[in-house]
Formats: sequence, structure tokens, C-alpha cells
Amino acid sequence: MSLDKATVARIAHLARIKVPEAEQESLAGELDGLLKWVEQLGEVDTDGVAPMSSVLNVSLRRRPDVVNDGGYPDKVVKNAPDAAEHFFSVPKVVE
Amino acid sequence: MASNLTHLSMSEALSGLKDKQFTAVELTEAHVRAIEAARPLNAFIVETPELALEQAKAADARYAKGEARPLDGVPLGIKDLFCTEGVQTTAASNILKGFVPPYESTVTANLFRDGGVMLGKLNLDEFAMGSANITSAFGPVISPWSKPSKGADGKVTFDRQLVPGGSSGGSAAAVSARLCLGATATDTGGSIRQPASFVGCVGIKPTYGRCSRWGIVAFASSLDQAGPMTRTVRDAAIMLRSMSGFDPKDSTSADVAVPDFAAAMTGDIRGLRVGIPKEYRVDGMPAEIERIWQQGIEWLKAAGAVPVEISLPHTKYALPTYYIVAPAEASSNLARYDGVRFGQRVEGKDLADMYANTRAAGFGKEVRRRIMIGTYVLSAGYYDAYYLKAQKVRARIAEDFTKAYEQCDVILTPTAPSTAFAIGEKMDDPIAMYLNDVFTVPANLAGIPGISVPAGLASDGLPLGLQLLGRPFDEETLFRVAGVIEQAAGPQPLPPFAA
Repeated sequence: MSLDKATVARIAHLARIKVPEAEQESLAGELDGLLKWVEQLGEVDTDGVAPMSSVLNVSLRRRPDVVNDGGYPDKVVKNAPDAAEHFFSVPKVVE
Repeated sequence: MASNLTHLSMSEALSGLKDKQFTAVELTEAHVRAIEAARPLNAFIVETPELALEQAKAADARYAKGEARPLDGVPLGIKDLFCTEGVQTTAASNILKGFVPPYESTVTANLFRDGGVMLGKLNLDEFAMGSANITSAFGPVISPWSKPSKGADGKVTFDRQLVPGGSSGGSAAAVSARLCLGATATDTGGSIRQPASFVGCVGIKPTYGRCSRWGIVAFASSLDQAGPMTRTVRDAAIMLRSMSGFDPKDSTSADVAVPDFAAAMTGDIRGLRVGIPKEYRVDGMPAEIERIWQQGIEWLKAAGAVPVEISLPHTKYALPTYYIVAPAEASSNLARYDGVRFGQRVEGKDLADMYANTRAAGFGKEVRRRIMIGTYVLSAGYYDAYYLKAQKVRARIAEDFTKAYEQCDVILTPTAPSTAFAIGEKMDDPIAMYLNDVFTVPANLAGIPGISVPAGLASDGLPLGLQLLGRPFDEETLFRVAGVIEQAAGPQPLPPFAA
């Protein structure tokens, strides 16, 4: 399996990162090299092995479903590139 | 005395402060001057001398009242991956330039609670992705170490161009060059231990869950752990104790007691079984690495420990597993940088275009590469073949350690497969760069603790470290054995560039 330009464009779209067409070819080569390298995992017998998503053998802790933080909108929007009246501003989404 | 304050160990400095040999303000001022003189190393992204002096004054007041805290007045560097309230935190990325957190990470809050003094924020690889500290948006960190070369006139010169390792390269350079008594660092695949080895410092990645991840910019959440970098094993034990502890704000924080790690350094390792994994003799490993490793085995034997050959059969699959799991988690974690709530924004013709422009401009090449790989291995049609397979191999790797600890109490390996290399080397070949972490990555995948201890200089005049791996939550054994190695290795030489 070889990764092509079209796949790079698709991944770039999924990752929401603009990749100029001129760079897609070389990026395809790089990513393809990495994927070929990781394919050696196919050698490992993993039949019946449960996938490991955490090193902790416990389910995540839960806490009471109550509001325990907040009440400081100034702080929340302080680092926003474009904020108005405690709202995050974005380009128009609905026409 | 005053000129040598930056050369004290943390425990010596704490004794000196307690005995009123000098004040915390004097200690901090000495470090502030050292940092100014060491700017060519590019170890700090932000210096905070005013804050440091304010904290030092408060520490002096507590010493005067006899109410000193465990780390009172100790000048520290903080890796710029820890959010610090009111002080810019960037993860060395353009996308976070100018970000000033309105909150404090749990680890730094713990250090300040215990009286720690913050000198500034330390440089790192962008989002902690790298093994050489060359991917920072603020430029590479230069190692205080360099290979000596003799000119025609017989004069020895040092060409300062080596990497300090990564991703905690600023932490490594600052601790080694005597710019701070200790530094915070983080380790996702070796980012504490490999730079510690490159600059001749001590660095410990504790058990996953030991230090809270809350307020640390996330890279790969199932692998990330914070830990200290210091110049002695005892200092690492002192600093880790302050950093650790249960935190309800991190759902993976372990609710276990924090022991007095330094008290475990009894020097007595008689009868301890030290596992020597045969799979860590990798092809093409330099003879120097093999020599230091053998030396380490001899040191521990001389102290009464018993070497045992063990097998960790899935070792060679750890790196490829890591380079699926870590990018997958990173692609998910870094989705938050979209130019809306914080960080830099690059406008576009609509919202989707704004996202894509922002992320293309804000992330560096290596970060973009890892997000793309992560996105691919999680995408429909490839998830099972790559991500799920890697998670299963990860279980095999963890199982290797569980089995090994039936035969041994601690494992001894080299920390890195080479000494430090030059800036610019290995940059065109990502896989060659990734191989730096071949000995450190398995501990992250298994969640077990690992420490790198300086073992002396290689024949090229550069430091090399030995790594000890322990059972989950048994950092005490690591400190005990590391103390024995430190003692046997003797005093470590100063780097050519030191304050």
C-alpha cells in the first residue's frame, strides 16, 4: 500500500491543516515511509490480546455531577484572539 | 561563597539556607545573573527575575520565622509546557505565542506551595515532540557540553553546536550549566531521561499517575508524565516528592501516598536482583554504550546486587507502537488549537478555512507530521489495522515487564543509544531521530518509572547515562540503586560552559 497525494489531501482536510498542493507529494513520501516502518507490528501475534488504552487497570474516577468551578467569564475569554462581550467571535457560519 | 552559590546541589542549598549561610534572595540573584550570562544557550523562553525575587523574599521571611517549607528558596526552571498563572506558556509553538494562562498547573502549584522559586520558563521541542530540542518555535537550545578539539597551536577549543537532547532540552541545559538547582520536565517517550543522559544530569520519569497532568499542555495523554531534572539523585528525590501527589482534577492521577523518596537512599542494595534485558543489545550499538552498561553492572555487583539476564521479547516493537499511539493521541489533543478560544488565529474565507490556515501557520513541521500520521491511523478504514493493532502490541510490551519483574527487582539499561549529536544531524530522517528513544519508550508504554543517572564520560568527552526501570510506584528502589551508581561513578565533571 502506498500513500498518494489524494490521501494526503484527505488527511490534511480531516486534520484541518492546509497543505499546499506543491507540498503534498513530498509529505506523501514522508508519511508513507513512516507507515511502512510501523507495519512491522504485523509480525506480532496479538490474537486474543485486549487493546491497552491506559496503563491503569481501573475505570476512570467519577465525580458528582455538580457545578464546581466557573463564574469568571473575563478569565475565560482573556486569551481569545477575537472576543466580544464574553463571546468567542468566529467568521459567519450560517448564511 | 557568593560566587559558588550556583554550584551547590539542591540539598546543600537547603542546608545553607537553614543555617543562614546565605539568603534565598542571594541564592536567587546568583542564578538570575547566571541566566543572563548564559543567554547564548537559548535555554529560557521567558525569564521571570522579578517574580523569583519576590518568591525568594517570602522564603527568607519564612526562614526568619522558623517556618521554612521543604523547598523554600530553591531556584527552579519550569519547562514551558507547564501552565503558569500570569506567565506566558507556549509549548514552544507559534500557535500559543502570547498565551497567558489564567490558572496554575498542579505540579507548579505544588512546587510553589513548598517554597520553590521560579526563574523562568524553559525552552523545549514544540509540544514536546522531538529528541534534540531543534523543533522549538523559539530556536534550538544549545548544549553547555561540546567536544573538545585541539587546534594547530595546541589550544583546546569548544565548538558549541551540540543538542542537549529533547524534548526537555531547556531543562537539561539549564540544570547542567548551573542556571537553576532543578527543573521540571515531562517525558512522553524519553523526554526527561534522554536529555539527562546527554548533559550528565539526573532525570526521573515517575510512574504514570504519580504527578498530576492537570495544567500541563497535553501531547499524548496515556504516556505523558512530569518529573524533575537535577544534578544529584538526592535532589531528584527531594523535588519529586514536592511535585507528586493525588489530584482530583486529573482523572488518571493515582490516589497513592507519596513516600519520602530521599529516605529510601540507604545505599544498601545487597541481594537486589538487577535485570539485564538481552534485547537491549541492539544492532550497531556503539562499543562505548556497551562499555558503560557493563561498568554499571560491575558497580552494582560490587555493592552486593545480583545481575539476572532477563528477556523483554517485544522491545523492538516499542518504537513503532509508540509512533502510532502517541501521534494518534496528539492529533486528538491538538484539535483544540483552532484559533477560536486562545492562541494565534489566521483569518480565512470562512470558518473551516480559518481553522486550516491557523493550524498550517501555527504548527511547525514535526508537529504537523505527527498530527497527520495520527489522523490517518485513527481514520475510518485504518483504525483497526494501525491504532487497534498498536494498542494490542502495547499490551504485549507491558506484559513483558510484568513477567520480567517476577525474576528481578529493577532493570538496568543504557539510557540512549549514543552521546549528544550536532544540531542539524538526523534532521532529514525522522526515523533516525526517533531511534534516540529506543531504550526509553518502553517505560512510557508500560507506565513504569525510569531514571537516568550520569555514568561518566564517553571517549568523545561527552556524558552518558544509565537507565534504571522499576515496578509501578516503586520509585524508592530506583532512588536507592541510582544513589549507588552515582556514588560509584564519582563526581561528574562540569560542562565546558557553566555559570
